[in-house]
Amino acid sequence: MPVVLVTDLLLWLLVAVGIGYARYCARRPHLAAPWARVFRRPAAVAASVVLAAYLVVALADSLHYRPALAQGGAGARAYSVEVLSLLDALLPALRTRSEKTYSAPLATRSYAKEQVELPGGGIARDYPRLRWGGAHLADESEWAADVARRVAQGLGVAAALIGLAALATRRLRRRRPEVPWQAGFWTFAALAALACPAFALAQGYHVLGTDKVGNDVFYLALKSVRTSLVIGTVTTLVLLPVGVALGIMAGYFRGWVDDAIQYVYTTLNSIPGVLLIAASVLMMQVVMDRHPEWFATAAERADAKLLVLCVILGFTSWTGLARLLRGEALKLSQLEYIQAAHALGVTHARILSRHILPNVAHIVIIALVMDFSGLVLAEAVLSYVGVGVDPSTSSFGTMINAARLEMSREPPVWWTLATAFAFMLVLVLAANLFADAVRDGFDPRVRVAAAGAGVR
Amino acid sequence: MFAYIVRRLAYAVPILVGVNLVTFVLFFVVNSPDDMARMQLGAKRVTPEAIAKWKAERGYDKPLVWNAEAPGLEKLTRTIFFEKSVRLFVFDFGFSEDRRDIGREIAARMWPSLALAVPVFLVGLAVCVSFALLLAFFRATYLDFWGVVLCVAMMSISTLFYIIGGQYVFSKLWRLVPISGYAEGPDALKFLVLPVAIGVVAGIGASTRWYRTIFLEEMGREYVRTARAKGLAESAVLFGHVLRNALIPILTGVVAVIPLLFLGSLLMESFFGIPGLGSYTIDAIQAQDFAVVRAMVFVGSVLYIVGLILTDLSYTLVDPRIRFD
Repeated sequence: MPVVLVTDLLLWLLVAVGIGYARYCARRPHLAAPWARVFRRPAAVAASVVLAAYLVVALADSLHYRPALAQGGAGARAYSVEVLSLLDALLPALRTRSEKTYSAPLATRSYAKEQVELPGGGIARDYPRLRWGGAHLADESEWAADVARRVAQGLGVAAALIGLAALATRRLRRRRPEVPWQAGFWTFAALAALACPAFALAQGYHVLGTDKVGNDVFYLALKSVRTSLVIGTVTTLVLLPVGVALGIMAGYFRGWVDDAIQYVYTTLNSIPGVLLIAASVLMMQVVMDRHPEWFATAAERADAKLLVLCVILGFTSWTGLARLLRGEALKLSQLEYIQAAHALGVTHARILSRHILPNVAHIVIIALVMDFSGLVLAEAVLSYVGVGVDPSTSSFGTMINAARLEMSREPPVWWTLATAFAFMLVLVLAANLFADAVRDGFDPRVRVAAAGAGVR
Repeated sequence: MFAYIVRRLAYAVPILVGVNLVTFVLFFVVNSPDDMARMQLGAKRVTPEAIAKWKAERGYDKPLVWNAEAPGLEKLTRTIFFEKSVRLFVFDFGFSEDRRDIGREIAARMWPSLALAVPVFLVGLAVCVSFALLLAFFRATYLDFWGVVLCVAMMSISTLFYIIGGQYVFSKLWRLVPISGYAEGPDALKFLVLPVAIGVVAGIGASTRWYRTIFLEEMGREYVRTARAKGLAESAVLFGHVLRNALIPILTGVVAVIPLLFLGSLLMESFFGIPGLGSYTIDAIQAQDFAVVRAMVFVGSVLYIVGLILTDLSYTLVDPRIRFD
């Protein structure tokens, strides 16, 4: 039975809007030109390959369903209360094979000592073998050979993929020689060379170890990707309409409208970011706790919390964009063509939508891509403070939060932190590089204060 | 000048009223005091009597904005709005969940916060300006390119990683400094070295990149060409002319954050166990102590507004062309 979570819908909607926008731009040279400038930079091409990889993971994780329970009688079919996604279905090994507790990456034995029964009778304290990690090995001495064999298999698949990519790159280069396809190709090659062996190893081991309750860390990291992307993109869906409408209205109408809007955003700005978000989240939590009947499953509840977090982040971070657009609209409204439109009797609504909005669109796009990385980083901090996503939703913030105590264990459990670090660094770095390229391609002078800046 | 400051302070009043309204709506209208009581008391002990007692102890048993039963002017004053929100204007913050005077607590916790935030601010500014100047001096070379790449990479790392990583390496592995804690007086130094260093490092990426663009903007101006044309060495141009002129936008940009230094840093203080306002806030959020959160929201917005006024004033101090009318 398919389950449609609200954030799934919004994420797919955003993808559809993105594709629509790309097609719209492609047919209009004046809109396509800045994007062509963006993609002339190798860093932008490489970054967009990485972002696309993350997006694929997030989208696969955004098709949810409830599996049918095996049942004898026909008629009414029962469905599990557990909500799974396409990603879970693709990676059953990662989801179900949980251990008792921590285990190091690729380990065959547990992190903690336990009472184990010796084959010849009697009990000793030893590190027990894992239930899944390396369980197929009859003898642990085969470990190195087995790992090497799986890595080689993974690399073989990767080589095939890279070969296909090389062919595609050659064709693309012939069609569009000005774009640095090479950068994208090498990024893809690096990703494939890392991901394919990882998935090959994941069939028999826990590639990045397991966490406290024995869940596979690699799986948690893949699930966290969706949370990050939802926060980075759905938030802007809230932030954009508010920021754009209020910003250009303040700049265009001036007078009391300007005063009122400026008053609202100065007031919101003056409240320390974390406190405003924390207060709003706490209040919404109380409201949601009071109405348990709103949510059919735990997944829907966690999803509603994620959505609420996005809405709150959006409502607290539109002020930077509004201020920027106000200044720009103030300048534009003085120009001759706006005056002329005015003199010809064009209505305010039409001037705003036909003349002002298209001329500030570049700022909106720059702000949109620049906000993304700030929001991803803010999520981690908010989850640490305890006002982030639901504890049952895996996110980089909850992973880091858990890792905090793990580092003080002896020996330290470093793999959760390292995984969250690597996945987040790659995502945010790619987003930052892409945002820089977009800014340089559209308007290098715009200086946007990233959303969520107050939170970091 | 004086008249301008007074006028700006008067403008601040409606903003503070707005902040108060926002917090009031968030804390008392979205959720009734009954909800708060239930949350604080926990699921087990919720009886109507317990809730009534909890509310009476904290003064939440009055009507929200209009007390119809009270005589005369007290119709307005004996309400939650007046007692909990309007009183903030005279810095009367009331009591926290553990019955302590919030005002006194803030005054005491301000100093550890400042002891951490001020060095981070000053050292960070010095480090970032010098690093940015270095990049600007070697502009359009490999050093500049990789410097900028390093900045972007450092920007992309969450502060949490700097803190957890720094604590692990310097405190646990090498045992150079204590992991967390705080002491009064000169003993505080050994507790503050690591947080200050981490605070500076975490801020390098974004600030350096910003200062570098300011330097490069400044280097494209006419007076730089004049200075080069009369035969000055590149270093003399950079330090004698560019640095001094570029400091104007840098300093006016950072003035706004100076008052906010009082609030301390949420993450640093809670990780390093420094008893400042940042850890106070985070503890209050986690314990859902709304009186403290409300007080910190108010203090934060006052400091923000002070920052705005200082920014405007700093423009006149560095640029005599700007006048206040």
